[in-house]
Amino acid sequence: MISFELSPEQEMLRKSIREFAEGEIKPRAVELDEKEEFDTALVKKMGEMGLFGMFVSEEYGGSHAGYLSYIIAVEEVARVDGSAAATVAAGNSLGIGPIYYFGSDEQKQKYLPKLCTGQALAGFGLTEPNAGSDAGGSKTSALPDDNGWVINGSKIFITNAANPLTSVVTVQAVTGKKEDGKKEYSCILVEPGTMGFVAKEMHGKLMWRSSNTAELYFDDCRVPAENILGKRGEGFHQMLKTLDGGRLSIGAMALGGAQGAFEMALRYSQERVQFGRPICKNQVIAFKLADMATQIEAARNLLYKACWLRENRKPFGKEAAMAKLFCSEVFKFVATEAVQIHGGYGLMKEYHVERFFRDQKLLEIGEGTSEIQRIVISRHLGV
Amino acid sequence: MKILVTSKRVTDPDMKIKVKADGTGIVTDGMNYKVNPFDEIAIEEALRIKEKGGGAEVVVVGIGGKDAALEIRSGLAMGADRGIHVLCEQAVDSSVVAQILAKVYETEKPDFVIMGKQAVDDDSNQAAQMLAGALGVPQACFASKVELAGDAKSARVTREVDGGLETIEVTFPAVLTADLRLNEPRYASLPGIMKAKKKKIDEIPVASLGVDTNPRVKFVKMTEPPTRKAGVKVADVPTLVQKLKEEAKVI
Ligand SMILES: Cc1cc2nc3c(=O)[nH]c(=O)nc-3n(C[C@H](O)[C@H](O)[C@H](O)COP(=O)(O)OP(=O)(O)OC[C@H]3O[C@@H](n4cnc5c(N)ncnc54)[C@H](O)[C@@H]3O)c2cc1C
Repeated sequence: MISFELSPEQEMLRKSIREFAEGEIKPRAVELDEKEEFDTALVKKMGEMGLFGMFVSEEYGGSHAGYLSYIIAVEEVARVDGSAAATVAAGNSLGIGPIYYFGSDEQKQKYLPKLCTGQALAGFGLTEPNAGSDAGGSKTSALPDDNGWVINGSKIFITNAANPLTSVVTVQAVTGKKEDGKKEYSCILVEPGTMGFVAKEMHGKLMWRSSNTAELYFDDCRVPAENILGKRGEGFHQMLKTLDGGRLSIGAMALGGAQGAFEMALRYSQERVQFGRPICKNQVIAFKLADMATQIEAARNLLYKACWLRENRKPFGKEAAMAKLFCSEVFKFVATEAVQIHGGYGLMKEYHVERFFRDQKLLEIGEGTSEIQRIVISRHLGV
Repeated sequence: MKILVTSKRVTDPDMKIKVKADGTGIVTDGMNYKVNPFDEIAIEEALRIKEKGGGAEVVVVGIGGKDAALEIRSGLAMGADRGIHVLCEQAVDSSVVAQILAKVYETEKPDFVIMGKQAVDDDSNQAAQMLAGALGVPQACFASKVELAGDAKSARVTREVDGGLETIEVTFPAVLTADLRLNEPRYASLPGIMKAKKKKIDEIPVASLGVDTNPRVKFVKMTEPPTRKAGVKVADVPTLVQKLKEEAKVI
């Protein structure tokens, strides 16, 4: 019943994305990080590799390769760079995901083909300055008028939402009150250039410095009625579903990052000679490496199982939260030890491991903090 | 037009290789494999010729056990049209490879063959030359540029030879080999990988080809290369110059 074998396609995919990442992403990663530069040419190259739309059916320009294949691809990109992986993971899970799963046929026809080739990117705007973990506290509103929706409010930390490739942002907004008095949420599609909508790139990040993060402002921003995603009132449910899938890709980023940091540490420990022998010959270092490898193996098994559940249409919310939580904590452990093994050099920017150490931190915060994952998991446990 | 290309499964050249204690080979546990990088260049060249027009069919052939199918499929994922897998569990040397390829050549009748100049695992650099010999066709090895004639019946090939470049013309059928600078092979994209799933790979048991598969080369022993000695630090430039002159004898 249990099989741990990847399909030949998945094996080829891993190899090919690894070579692409080593050849096209890694050489510029340090420089882009230093300059806080978002590289649209790289997005297009990643698009040509097929890194966008992997779970999308062919009729909308996707490759229908399945969720695990997508996770493997994110893992391989994250193995060399967190920012590029963020662009891919957010581009798929948050950008393409909601439109593909909840959009009308027209919306899919309109946006997906370009999103699936990397010629365009979409953002998913949920977080607000005063509503992060507490997404239900969001205040951005969209009120119906004769011609459609009038949006007011703001969003913060929205990935892929303010760059020349951004073609649309899915915005979560309060669209009224439900019968039980609770707020009614809907997701509304807003294109850049719409009057009253401003997207501003955020700078000064510790991590993911070459990924695109935006603040969004809506000031009587009017969009047509058909810009609603799916049905009115389904926004909260759509958001929860999107985040469940998103957690798997955050898990993949963490796993890939941990793998990359581990490989760097392993290699360095074999090459760095102190006291007349490679430092890996000291049991303390060897055992660190053994622990890192073991944690990574466990993380991979948990994440792949969650993907398997999803691919087989079984409930996967609990496992997705566990995988996100566990993989990002494993990455924290591995990145910390990897820097330790590098000694002083591990603190220098020219060593990739330094960037991994910084990039790791986001994974315990974005798409639901580790604290929130524990809340989600404990709710699944019925406590 | 039909172009026959090769795809050999080799140990990943970026991995650290360990020789078995008894010298009978390398430790294959946990080893990664990939398409011989020179074969990738050959496949890329065939694909570029195909994409220039003229409707060429690119057929990729691999020799090896079941596992070798993955490297053939990688060629298909890059864009080759069809695969041939000569199933052969035992180890083969360049001569056996050349004979097997000659048989494949006879049934496929390609316009020309393009292979990697050598495989990065055993570095023999002989299979293509032996194949050309067995077939009695011209060879153009170590190509850094391949230009097909207008009628696609011959090619002008720039070869990397000691001390420079040599340009020759070969009439087809012929055997070409790819050198490092011929092109930069593409990465197999995900859409390419998905398309490859539907492409056909014919399996041919080596026994059915009537080739004597006994290797001509006798394998004696494998040993690790000697570990490099640590360098020395010199006090100043004059000492360096003196050492380069007298010890290293390079100036
Ligand atoms: C680079 C980056 C990219 C992002 N991309 C996107 C995006 O594309 N789209 C989007 O919508 N959002 C995005 N986010 C936002 C991200 O999801 C939020 O930052 C995250 O959900 C946490 O919200 P917060 O920052 O407001 O922290 P807060 O919610 O204020 O949390 C602060 C601390 O309090 C803890 N805490 C809060 N509530 C509880 C509780 N009930 N019990 C215990 N502890 C609690 C948290 O765990 C955390 O430690 C991004 C963020 C960053 C930094």
